[in-house]
Amino acid sequence: MSTATPAAVAPIGAKKKIGEVILEVKNISLGFGGVKALTDISFDVREHEVRAIIGPNGAGKSSMLNCINGVYTPQQGSISFRGQTFKHMNSHQVAVMGIGRTFQNLALFKGMSVLDNIMSGRNLKIKSNLLMQALRIGPAEREEIMHREAVERIIDFLEIQAFRKTPVGQLPYGLQKRVDLGRALAMEPKVLLLDEPMAGMNVEEKQDMCRFVLDVNDEFGTTIVLIEHDMGVVMDISDRVVVLDYGKKIGDGTPEEVRNNPDVISAYLGTSH
Amino acid sequence: MAFFLETLLGGLMAGMLYSLVALGFVLIYKASGVFNFAQGAMVLFAALAMARFAEWIPAWTGITSPVAANLIAFGIAGFLMFVVAWIIERLVLRHLVNQEGTTLLMATLGISYFLDGMGQTIFGSDIYKIDVGMPKEPIMAFEQMFEGGILINKEDLYAALIAAVLVAALSLFFQKTATGRALRAVADDHQAAQSIGIPLNRIWVIVWCVAGVVALVAGMIWGSKLGVQFSLTTVALRALPVVILGGLTSVPGAIVGGLIIGVGEKLSEVFLGPYVGGGIEIWFAYVLALLFLLVRPQGLFGEKIIDRV
Repeated sequence: MSTATPAAVAPIGAKKKIGEVILEVKNISLGFGGVKALTDISFDVREHEVRAIIGPNGAGKSSMLNCINGVYTPQQGSISFRGQTFKHMNSHQVAVMGIGRTFQNLALFKGMSVLDNIMSGRNLKIKSNLLMQALRIGPAEREEIMHREAVERIIDFLEIQAFRKTPVGQLPYGLQKRVDLGRALAMEPKVLLLDEPMAGMNVEEKQDMCRFVLDVNDEFGTTIVLIEHDMGVVMDISDRVVVLDYGKKIGDGTPEEVRNNPDVISAYLGTSH
Repeated sequence: MAFFLETLLGGLMAGMLYSLVALGFVLIYKASGVFNFAQGAMVLFAALAMARFAEWIPAWTGITSPVAANLIAFGIAGFLMFVVAWIIERLVLRHLVNQEGTTLLMATLGISYFLDGMGQTIFGSDIYKIDVGMPKEPIMAFEQMFEGGILINKEDLYAALIAAVLVAALSLFFQKTATGRALRAVADDHQAAQSIGIPLNRIWVIVWCVAGVVALVAGMIWGSKLGVQFSLTTVALRALPVVILGGLTSVPGAIVGGLIIGVGEKLSEVFLGPYVGGGIEIWFAYVLALLFLLVRPQGLFGEKIIDRV
């Protein structure tokens, strides 16, 4: 199972200080008609940590992420972010608060270049108004250059310099995943939600992605909540892990604790009767 | 040869005007995935507002210069189109987010009837004229090259130039500004756009507003040619083959499609018409569109439709 060992690439915990609770999920329940997707889920995320949500197929991992991201509104429970509690949020408001995300099934702007995709991630930071942009008046122009510099740093960081002007639709899958990450990073989020960042990748791509995730966490101090299928990857890069199964929480703790949790073992491997 | 060139030029200029109306469809389709049935009604509404205010302003304020009156009327009509866009977003689109395409289509059909009625209630239902001082007399060109030269309709030429400038300005706006980037982002993927903090509601108001201004310019040009009357709404129907030909999702497609239709209509009328008894111009575009639907349903520049089964 342990396909990637990125710990060797970028040692974690070197300069990282895990801080206070930044995101707290309390008693979340979510249903679609008769189907219960999530039942009474609670957990917290601390500042600067890498927090993983794992579980078998259909465990409710993506639903959980979509609740935090404001795509779904849970029927019960609340989510607080930096002391602020919210119940009804849409994705836009969540983005304004400083939570960025990537998507499981790539939701890039396919017709646009890599550069434009990542630049669009700066949207919230752009202060000049429509008229100033249209007439290219001084401040708007300067602002554009400033954002372009920030985006160039991200492009360097993700090692996609060669593909700046390529429409993302033409890039291979692994690189598209990187652009997706880059677009979210351009927001300079406090918390980054990654929905299966390594799904469908080969070993080499997985290692690259692990390195990027850890570097983001290390260099920018971004708190990371990630969903992952691959147990090996999760155990290597996360500080704490939540385990979901059939919409219920069955485990929570350090990778070591979770690995030895009998409920988790049975959920993943099945129990003998 | 001179006659052929003359027909070709006439076709190109007429085509530019079709492109202008088609552009309104494409803008809204790209950003909100709706085929906007109300585009024709928006053209009529804008043209009515423009014509009536140009008439009222000298009476109200004593401004005698027709240029000033027309400019103010254009400004007011533009502002009205913004208000219309805002109201449509508030009352209709906002409540229909993530609904089926058909639902949205029906909604724009409703908007279309509402705007038709509303416009005529406020501004009256007679035939009005817009006189923006377009020169009517034709000019002769290339007199040295051909005997007798080529006759060019000056009004058409100016109209085509205005349309071309507007199209160029819009493409620059879309490609070069941050808001244009956000618009393209929304057109590509609503959910992803929201996740990076692009406000859908604001983008929709902007898009409908831009489509409103396009409708206003189209209404002004067509209105000054044909007079502002109810039949102006059918101008939008003439643009339908253009979007089918060019592809609903492509701005360059709308332009090229418009030019092809414009040229095709004129050339077929002149060179094929005599053999089948004339009147080709009226249906030529639709037949061309029909053929295109059979061969290339996504249009010349549209995105290929791939559905997962």
